[in-house]
Amino acid sequence: MTDPFRLSVREARRLLDEGELSSKELTRATLERIHGTDEVLGAFLTVCEDLALRQAEESDSRRGRPLSPLDGIPVGVKDVICTRGVRTTAASRMLESFVPPYDATVVERLRRAGAVLVGKLNCDEFAMGSSTENSAFRRTRNPWDRERVPGGSSGGSAAAVAARQCPLALGTDTGGSIRQPAALCGVVGLKPTYGRVSRYGVVAYASSLEQVGPIAREVWDCAAALGVLAGHDPADATSVPREVPDYLGVLERPLGRPRVGLPSEYFGDGIDPVVRDRVLSAVEVLRELGAEVGETSLPHTPYAVACYYLVATAEASSNLARYDGIRYGFRAPDAKDLLDLYCRTRRLGFGPEVKRRIMLGTYALSAGYYEAYYLRAQKVRTLIRRDFETAFSRYDVLATPTSPTSAFPLGSRLHDPLQMYLSDVLTIAVNLAGLPAISLPCGFDDSGLPVGLQLVGRPFEEETILRLGHAYQSATSWHRAEPPLDQRGSTGG
Amino acid sequence: MPLSLEEVRHVAALARLELEPEEERLFAEQLGAVLEYVRKLEELELDGVEPTSHVVAVEHPLREDRVTNRPRPEELLANTPERDGNFVKVPKILE
Repeated sequence: MTDPFRLSVREARRLLDEGELSSKELTRATLERIHGTDEVLGAFLTVCEDLALRQAEESDSRRGRPLSPLDGIPVGVKDVICTRGVRTTAASRMLESFVPPYDATVVERLRRAGAVLVGKLNCDEFAMGSSTENSAFRRTRNPWDRERVPGGSSGGSAAAVAARQCPLALGTDTGGSIRQPAALCGVVGLKPTYGRVSRYGVVAYASSLEQVGPIAREVWDCAAALGVLAGHDPADATSVPREVPDYLGVLERPLGRPRVGLPSEYFGDGIDPVVRDRVLSAVEVLRELGAEVGETSLPHTPYAVACYYLVATAEASSNLARYDGIRYGFRAPDAKDLLDLYCRTRRLGFGPEVKRRIMLGTYALSAGYYEAYYLRAQKVRTLIRRDFETAFSRYDVLATPTSPTSAFPLGSRLHDPLQMYLSDVLTIAVNLAGLPAISLPCGFDDSGLPVGLQLVGRPFEEETILRLGHAYQSATSWHRAEPPLDQRGSTGG
Repeated sequence: MPLSLEEVRHVAALARLELEPEEERLFAEQLGAVLEYVRKLEELELDGVEPTSHVVAVEHPLREDRVTNRPRPEELLANTPERDGNFVKVPKILE
């Protein structure tokens, strides 16, 4: 048998079901792998050794009964998602010692499904960033090349799955924060339709855009996870009361002739020619699988990044007002009065990117500018949504690159916010329109860095992109490539 | 065009954010650049376009007003930076 930590969820599930492997063995191997590699990789902020082994034992004692597909499976959770009794920092000094008294709904669902929580994963502070360099605590490195970023903001989640530190992780996606790091680390990342998964207990950044979703190595694993995570939650007013399909059950259904559209704006200037080439090769595979491929257009794409940064920062400035040093989190010492306490707490507790976004959002919402910036952006958002509606009247799925480039060097975009914001140019419009999308590994560039293919679906039609993605993975082997990482976490090449 | 330092200070005050002098200069420049970039939205004709604030139409959700008492006050207060029994302590606000 292969090392248990190398197993995907699907592979581990089979061995667990056949009694060839116990969850305790799997969890032990996973924890050892984390301890052996994470000093260099930096994917974890907290490892829950005791909790994980206890949950694994409980899972083993359930064996023999019908179990959820995630029962006994080790899972890492992005550290912006609240875990009862386990420190949740959002990678910020502001929440350095915060221990939530409750579970996020997604975590409660994982627990109920019998999943094993192995730890909390690094990310950009409050999920703001595209490289995981904005974490207040540590840098996460890309397992394919340790001098490069893993992407962000769910960079810890993607790096951990790529490095075989855990077969499944949760991320959050506000402007591409699941899909872009998945692409840069060569794994699968799924952003569900807005409203499909509860956001209760997720540290809020931009409430109208963000969704929780799975990162794994196989589409099957993501489908299994979505089945556990999805569904209405009365505690989240934005969660949609709508039946959850049997994602695993439909995965193997014949594809038929799905109509796949290529939006011309996503293949033009600014896209690395090698990335474009790999994605077009992947589209050829989809054609061979029976897809009918044609060109389409999303004409308002050039406005998406500007629209996103106004909407997201406006919501962030409002959401982050709660960090005032009063009820929880960090409090600055020796304040002379209440206003001084707020201002100093926020100066010392927030990092530069968070401050930058609060400033931009406050500016865009302030008197005299609301109509020129925020309201205008919300109207442009309508045009972006309509683009997708038009494209989806002719096509079932849109295929694009996930990121315009492969993983960039650490530090290379850190001092140019605008350049960093453009890292998400191909994922952002999907959040503005609330659509489901998945990123799949579809090859490597000339430096051996992974390239991602993005498939976008109609609202609440996750099955369609999951089935197409699963068929693609059944026909290709890109997702089986493993980064050259030895037990000490050094990368070769 | 960079924002003026005065504008930066005004926005920082609105956001309850104290900035170092160096940060003020940096943000004046960076926010100016981002605002210049977002000005491209002015190219679009938006008369009669409704703004989008929610992508999915959700009915106004109502629930019964029932006390659940969870998390318990003790659990909630465990994260409070400064407290006195079941009270949260803040600096004096009255002279």
